[in-house]
Amino acid sequence: MSSSASSQPVVHPAGSVRLLWPVLATVAVLTLLAYLVAFDQGAVSRSGMYLHELMHDGRHLLGVPCH
Amino acid sequence: MPLNTTTTPPFVAVLVRGLLAGLIAGLLAGTFAYVAGEPHVEAAIAIEEAATHAEPAAGAHDHEDALVGRTGQRGGLFLATGLFGAAMGGLLATAYVLLSRRRRGDDDGRSGLLLAGAALLGAVIVPFLKYPANPPAVGDPATINQRTVTYLLMVVLGLVAVWAGSLGYRSVGAQAPTWLRATAAVGGFLLVTAVSYVVMPSFQEVPADFPATLLWSFRLASLGTQVVLWTGIGLLFAALMHHERRRRAGTALPST
Ligand SMILES: [Zn+2]
Repeated sequence: MSSSASSQPVVHPAGSVRLLWPVLATVAVLTLLAYLVAFDQGAVSRSGMYLHELMHDGRHLLGVPCH
Repeated sequence: MPLNTTTTPPFVAVLVRGLLAGLIAGLLAGTFAYVAGEPHVEAAIAIEEAATHAEPAAGAHDHEDALVGRTGQRGGLFLATGLFGAAMGGLLATAYVLLSRRRRGDDDGRSGLLLAGAALLGAVIVPFLKYPANPPAVGDPATINQRTVTYLLMVVLGLVAVWAGSLGYRSVGAQAPTWLRATAAVGGFLLVTAVSYVVMPSFQEVPADFPATLLWSFRLASLGTQVVLWTGIGLLFAALMHHERRRRAGTALPST
């Protein structure tokens, strides 16, 4: 790879600013997904209460406050 | 050329493995919850409905709503745990990549296992001991927003407690004996946990006539669901990363 590979035994891929936006976007999308499962009452998903009720038992058994 | 330079996979490769590990672990957790938890949910709903019929004005969370029937909600359990697991697996993979900056070498998924253990302790066990899971019929609908916010805050504080523990472990120095480093870790963790338990508000909303054994069984099943989820994420992610590293090492050095 780079010319410094001989003095540096390990190359770390995450050590660059290049990953900043992909990481932030990933965290945002996954947090939204977890929110839709655990808390959304139709305000974000715009499905009314359908998704909320569909995943009702999952919420209780994952330990999230439900009602 | 050192082997390590070619065996560190890019972000997307790690993320895909985290999502896959999370999805599978989520479905496993859903299976556990279905077997171990659903009977208790059903029993609690029966109690809730009996209370609602006796006192129609109570108007709690309406489980008789035709929007999604009970069969749909039992099936939706797998959707919920699968999606939630995928999200958690993806977040774990992201943390794994961010922490790989600090790693000295090829750890073969060890830090993935440590991260899953840290998440189980900080984001599940610490919040659970303060705000244990509640079945239907337990909990005052009037305080749901307050309980949601304090629960999320407790998850954050639990993760801070784990972080304080790791900070304590490292602050003592690598020359210190293991027992001293472990003591510093436990001390940092317990300090943050104890302070947040004292500071955060408590909620006593279990109805006086709710069966104690049912509450205990439900909470055990709920905790078990999260334990299955995070154990599964950690083990599957480590296995997938191990496989990925071997594959990359194999293509880099075909002679072996
Ligand atoms: Zn509920």
